[in-house]
Amino acid sequence: MTAARTRGQLPAWILVVATLATVAVAMTALVLAGSRSLPERLGPPVERLTVERTVLSPGVIELVVRNTGPDPVQIAQISVNDTYVGFTGSTEPLSRLATDTVRLAYPWQDGQPYLVSVLTSSGAVVEHEIPAAAETPATGGGLLALMVLLGTYVGIIPVALGMAFLPALRRAGRSAVRVLLALTVGLLAFLAVDAAVEGLELAERSGGAFGGPVLVLLGAGLAFLALTAVDRFLRSRSRRRAGDSPDGWRLALMIAIGIGLHNLGEGLAIGSAYAVGELALGTALVVGFALHNTTEGLAVVAPLTRQRPSLLRLLFLGLLAGAPAIVGAVVGAAVDNTALASLLFGVGVGAIVQVVIQIAPSLRNHAGKIIDPAIAGGLAAGLLIMYATGLLVAT
Amino acid sequence: MPGASRRGFLLGGAGVALGAIPTQPLAARSRGEDPSPAPHTGDDTPSAHGGGVNGPAFRGGSVDHAANGFHPGKILRDFDYGKVSKLADGRVLREWEIVARDREIEVAPGLVFPAWTFNGRVPGPTLRCRAGDRLRVRIVNASAHPHTMHFHGIHPAEMDGVPGVGRGVIEPGGDFVYEFDAEPFGLHLYHCHVGPLAEHIARGLYGTFIIDPPQPRPRADELVMVMHGYNTTFDAQGNQLYAVNGIPFHYMHEPVRVKRGELVRIYLVNVLEYDPINSFHLHGNFFDYYPTGTRLEPSEFTDTVSQAQGQRGICEVRFPHPGKFMFHAHKTEFADLGWMGFFEVTG
Repeated sequence: MTAARTRGQLPAWILVVATLATVAVAMTALVLAGSRSLPERLGPPVERLTVERTVLSPGVIELVVRNTGPDPVQIAQISVNDTYVGFTGSTEPLSRLATDTVRLAYPWQDGQPYLVSVLTSSGAVVEHEIPAAAETPATGGGLLALMVLLGTYVGIIPVALGMAFLPALRRAGRSAVRVLLALTVGLLAFLAVDAAVEGLELAERSGGAFGGPVLVLLGAGLAFLALTAVDRFLRSRSRRRAGDSPDGWRLALMIAIGIGLHNLGEGLAIGSAYAVGELALGTALVVGFALHNTTEGLAVVAPLTRQRPSLLRLLFLGLLAGAPAIVGAVVGAAVDNTALASLLFGVGVGAIVQVVIQIAPSLRNHAGKIIDPAIAGGLAAGLLIMYATGLLVAT
Repeated sequence: MPGASRRGFLLGGAGVALGAIPTQPLAARSRGEDPSPAPHTGDDTPSAHGGGVNGPAFRGGSVDHAANGFHPGKILRDFDYGKVSKLADGRVLREWEIVARDREIEVAPGLVFPAWTFNGRVPGPTLRCRAGDRLRVRIVNASAHPHTMHFHGIHPAEMDGVPGVGRGVIEPGGDFVYEFDAEPFGLHLYHCHVGPLAEHIARGLYGTFIIDPPQPRPRADELVMVMHGYNTTFDAQGNQLYAVNGIPFHYMHEPVRVKRGELVRIYLVNVLEYDPINSFHLHGNFFDYYPTGTRLEPSEFTDTVSQAQGQRGICEVRFPHPGKFMFHAHKTEFADLGWMGFFEVTG
């Protein structure tokens, strides 16, 4: 607060306050005059509903609906596969962005498809498809325990396995490490594109009330900025501290955070897929994810070939990269909200992009070039490995 | 069908002539200024009556018949013989005044349909006369849209009620008298014939037209049943609701009461739009069926008949057993979407 006050000049804060007051007055005038000078919208009300969650229990279909349109919506009647059904809930008009739960009495059969048609008070129809009915697992302690187990299987264990390659990597020379880092960039790039596509698909389904595809970009942007800030903070700290070539450690930490954020989205996808009965929990899935994510562990330790990090530090890195899969799986199974999921996928994308930018300088050869034949090969190998192991996971 | 699901459906999307939509928001036009539906049963199970394995059901009590201005229970036996007088040559003259009017009706609990009506009701009044009578039907168009009345039967071209012939289209504010002789005897119908034809009919502009034979049919408890639907989305792709006499599922809650052993005559008319076939099935009984009612001998003894759009026929039946007997479309999808009811046999 050292505002330089020369004669005849107001202090800065008075200027700010005066400007804000002017804006407020102008806005108020605009609200009062503008709303009167503009015509009413023509045509019928615009009614949109999005079903955000479907819970199936014997003889009952429960839907959580959100009004994603501009006008209030009153649910009048509901039919399932062209049969009107009795239901409870949502007796009042639903205002914009509000949610409600309706419980339908319907003797649904396991594995069969259902089309729920919601008729609004004006006769408009909103359809919700249940591709294959399956009982929704109760969100009790049992389910959460299962999700923790699943998250451990697909997140922590594979990452730890990948990190176990560290001693072998140490034997390799400088150029081998460069290729390995290139491989990591390839892996990460594939993950980023994959998560972006997945997130955009999800956002498409969320009805757009919270921005749809914009959510993915928002998540990516925020994650990128947050990670950049973290990186700058780590750099300033490591400069103050004398230690063994901190660069590798910092890079490993950044990669672990990035991959952790990505695994948050991956866990979320697994959890919500399980919650809606679209996931076959089997050996194939666990093995597929394990192979897929072992490469992530490799990526985390790739920058550490010159250091001797303590086992505790390695454990910390592993948890940072793997544990978010557990959190994601639990949240995904319990919440199953497409808008939130697409946002988190975006976060994963942004995180990975930031990490790739981090790694890029380490790829330079003696001539200062990033891409040479070896690096290109590493990048391509990374993409192909991710693609191939991704085939093992059919969600 | 990817893309067909999860779509936020806009009321009156591409299927409606937009100029035909009143420019006020619907909520403001709904009766009583209160857009919320009738109070619902305070039952905390999803199904208070029926539903699930017990068959289809609507949520929440019944529609507001008083606000609608008509009642399916009354339409059933409501025959309008017109204003009767004698012509100079001694023939019977019957005169009616039919007003075409746009109004919103509650077609299912909490669901308002912007209907176009004859005399404010769906279906329109059942006009009844005898073969050889002289008929004068004055239409007054108080609707915001052009309409006509087209009668099935035998009459001069200029009385046919189609655009471009005779008087042709009756513009809003206009009126016209259709005048013709009642022939042939049987069960007929009338409806608006302005384009787009399917929409003008589906909006509610139809009714039953009965010409009795010169020798009256045997005494019976006579009922009119008009089978129709509501395409509430106006997309011309099938209907969201199916009904007899205006309100889906109505006779499930208020059964059609008939007496045991008494002859019951049902004037059954199909004016369903957007679906090619409708049908009528009676439980626990068989009936004599007279297609179009133009012959006095039944064509078959059956418990199920099919009718295409515009087809109709007379069913004659006696109920030997007391109790509740269902009747519904044996196109069972229509039954589950509203076209079902009960007879209740007493005595």
